[in-house]
Amino acid sequence: MKTEGKVVGVNGNMVSVEFTGNVTMNEVAYVVLGDKRLKAEVIRVRGNRAEVQVFELTKGIGVGDPVEFTDDLLSVDLGPGLLGRIYDGLQNPLPELAEQCGFFLDRGVYLKPLDDARTWDFVPLAKVGDKVTAGLALGQVKEGLFDHHIMTPFHLEGTWTVQSVVPAGAYTINHEVAVLASADRTQKVTMVTKWPVKKAIKAYAERLKPTETLVTKVRSVDTFFPVAKGGTWCTPGPFGAGKTVLQQTTSRNADVDVVIIAACGERAGEVVETLKEFPELIDPKTGRTLMERTIIICNTSSMPVAAREASVYTAVTMAEYYRQMGLDVLLLADSTSRWAQAMREMSGRLEEIPGEEAFPAYLESVIAGFYERAGIVRLKSGKTGSVSIGGSVSPAGGNFEEPVTQATLKVVGAFHGLTRERSDARKYPAIHPLESWSKYGGIVDDDKTASGRHFLSRSYEVGQMMKVVGEEGTSQDDFVIYLKGEFLDSVYLQQNSFDAVDASPSLERQRYAFDLVHDILAAEFNLSDKDDARGFFAKLRTAFTDWNSAEWQSEEFKAKERAIRTLMDQKQAGR
Amino acid sequence: MRKIYSRIESISGNVISVLADDVRYKDLAVVETRFGPSLAEVIRLDGKIVSLQVFNGGRGVSTGDEVRFLGQTMKVSLTDNLLGRIFDGSGKPRDGGPELTENMSEIGGPSVNPSKRIIPRNMVRTGIPMIDLFNSLVESQKLPIFSVSGEPYNQLLARIALQAEVDAIILGGIGLKYDDYLFFKDELEKGGALSRTVFFVHTASDPIVEALLVPDMALAVAEGFAVAGKKVLVLLTDMTNFADAMKEIAITMEQVPSNRGYPGDLYSQLASRYEKAVDFEGAGSITILGVTTMPGDDVTHPVPDNTGYITEGQFYLRNGRIEPFGSLSRLKQMVNGKTREDHRSVMDGMIKLYANYKDSLEKRAMGFRLSSWDQKLIQYGELFEKQMMDLSVNIPLEQALDAGWDILARCFEPAETGLKSDLVQKFWPKKV
Repeated sequence: MKTEGKVVGVNGNMVSVEFTGNVTMNEVAYVVLGDKRLKAEVIRVRGNRAEVQVFELTKGIGVGDPVEFTDDLLSVDLGPGLLGRIYDGLQNPLPELAEQCGFFLDRGVYLKPLDDARTWDFVPLAKVGDKVTAGLALGQVKEGLFDHHIMTPFHLEGTWTVQSVVPAGAYTINHEVAVLASADRTQKVTMVTKWPVKKAIKAYAERLKPTETLVTKVRSVDTFFPVAKGGTWCTPGPFGAGKTVLQQTTSRNADVDVVIIAACGERAGEVVETLKEFPELIDPKTGRTLMERTIIICNTSSMPVAAREASVYTAVTMAEYYRQMGLDVLLLADSTSRWAQAMREMSGRLEEIPGEEAFPAYLESVIAGFYERAGIVRLKSGKTGSVSIGGSVSPAGGNFEEPVTQATLKVVGAFHGLTRERSDARKYPAIHPLESWSKYGGIVDDDKTASGRHFLSRSYEVGQMMKVVGEEGTSQDDFVIYLKGEFLDSVYLQQNSFDAVDASPSLERQRYAFDLVHDILAAEFNLSDKDDARGFFAKLRTAFTDWNSAEWQSEEFKAKERAIRTLMDQKQAGR
Repeated sequence: MRKIYSRIESISGNVISVLADDVRYKDLAVVETRFGPSLAEVIRLDGKIVSLQVFNGGRGVSTGDEVRFLGQTMKVSLTDNLLGRIFDGSGKPRDGGPELTENMSEIGGPSVNPSKRIIPRNMVRTGIPMIDLFNSLVESQKLPIFSVSGEPYNQLLARIALQAEVDAIILGGIGLKYDDYLFFKDELEKGGALSRTVFFVHTASDPIVEALLVPDMALAVAEGFAVAGKKVLVLLTDMTNFADAMKEIAITMEQVPSNRGYPGDLYSQLASRYEKAVDFEGAGSITILGVTTMPGDDVTHPVPDNTGYITEGQFYLRNGRIEPFGSLSRLKQMVNGKTREDHRSVMDGMIKLYANYKDSLEKRAMGFRLSSWDQKLIQYGELFEKQMMDLSVNIPLEQALDAGWDILARCFEPAETGLKSDLVQKFWPKKV
């Protein structure tokens, strides 16, 4: 029996529906408004009354309007052709929408997420009679740089036999490429599969421990607060601290195969920069544009709130899909606070009993559930694939004690805390070296980073003390420690993001440069007084900053390194 | 013929409810009260119970008053006849002129498709060095002025409005003091800009619900003009009053408050207004300058805090000056590389020295000995505050840059400024 409903109440983007028949939690429904059908999701059922959140403006909906239930959970289409695309939170392609509707996002217009007219060159990998299980590749097509696997549908249980598979050739995504059979059923397979966004794809052999460092080319991250392939991290910071800039550079430089950017409830202008620049920027590793390895999910702050809640799930589902092909995928979500706020808005409308700062009581478990979808896995084919998640957090008032930051900190593997103090001092990146932490292994020996940390914290203590007693009251030894800490901060932790070279130092270079920094920190210098010390470290700093912007292993690089070593030799004790 | 309902079930604050059929969310209604008719807007439907917020307020509404639904949502007339006119929050003329009924368009429309936006690229010149030189305003930027009551933020807005080269100015006054309303009117009239200005003014004594409509009215008009190819500047003062009005309605509707009584959707509500700032591909643009007064000068208060996360920077107005620290134009680097070759260097160099000056001041206040370098910095800082930061200074960018070099030359040797030697050679003032 088909389930039908009628609107009985409207409160913001929440609509109450009276229905006959059966309704599934999180099922997609459409509120019919004249010739428009507005997409919605069931978020509560009580008796014969369901509450749905509408992914569009609800203006004009009236009591008695019909509601259609689809019996499908909120899903995305997965198949070749996702890379390089720009979608909204519900996988509606934005450029195509603009062609149809012009400047504004008209409600109730849903376009096909994937191009079903384009053909792909399919190469079969499985033969008739092969036994397959969910997630194993049946064939592949070439999507840009990658072999895009056409896999046994993820929802299938048990072992299936390949009954037929089409020969190599060009097919559209909806063409039937294989038929699988089990004891009592057959399953047709096309290149596109639907998957409900709120369920994790688990068609792999086992989850592994994230150990390999994911190089981001941000020195303070890679060396001091590293992240791992398959790991998670969060970047909280007050407004203007540079969260978005940090994410943008990471999305360009990170050493992964596919990058998915979920612009969730943030400024449209920032997404526009990515939209317009990525098609032009060439990835040095592959020689192709960055856009070819990127998917953008864009649900900016003025777009409907309910779709914002869905957008992070849409993004992570696509990430899991590409992971299933043995690729390393990075998901950057900016900002998870806006996503949490979307949950808070809905919770308020449902009149649920509020938790801290009116966030719903299930905030923590939902955040944990999202980050837990990251991970590195061994696939059934033996290959490994990973999803790494980096989420920015926008704490109210820049105060890290608030619920979203705290709930996130419980589940992530690294914390990059950005502070107002550092961003005001124009220190980029504004990752605070004393507050941040990471549980993953970095690219430099732990002993060396430990000694670097020691200098940073001692230097900070001396700096605080000096504010009270002045330079006159500080001993020469303490003063040198202070200068060494400042030196490490300014030449290594800070990076010039406008400098083509300094913006993205390679792993080898970071190791090499940190060795030199480490030598300088460990060295004893003959410095007669504080002015002498200040002058010496100022010179050293200038020389090092110059070196940072010299091309790796170029003549200039070598000359500038010699300049630093000469400076050191002049003052080093015992020479 | 639409039905007239003559029984009001509940009156609570500015929200009334009636039992009615065939009503749509956000529809308008007219409530006939003993003080005359008032518009009201549907804000919740629950079965037959329709809740409405009454624009003129709940005061004096009787349970026996008539409610007539209009079957349409809030609309505003989009024509060039708007220019030079003054309206209140619900779109009624305030200036005694005729009501406009042509080309009525809905307010609070859908958001712009991000893929139809373009990267901002034009600078808006204001003649204020602290803006033009240090934090350039960019066409299609959304930028609030963070300030406290008593600061001359309205004067600053009026000045920017008069000097900016735009096709239309839209002033949205929210909880504006009557004096300030007259001030804007006089200033724009004196400056000859009244004929390209549209006012939507809600004064402090008007019913609070009308305050909620002002940004939407102003921005709907701006959007109409921008799509038609005009460059529009929207001034919104003061957005804190807007947030407070939202808080009032939310509490009346018994919504769960999130932070200091503000509703949980404060961020989304503010964002949906500020995000109307846009540069359209192949049409006009909307630039939004708002005022956000910070209660208790506290930037972590929910209104400035949420605003800061939405807007592209902020100007801090304190002690009658735009503070160089904390003030930020996120879009400045999109334009300040194309003005004059020394722009970025002078900007960075002067700010760094000014920061050092602040350190020297602190040293002096703590009673530490001042070096000759400190003395130089103090001389520099004082000149900087007088010739750059003072809001009465009104010079184009190029002159401001020259003035910057002049100040530097009066206080320092070229090497002390940290500026690149090729720029010093070209711009350092020759000794007379």
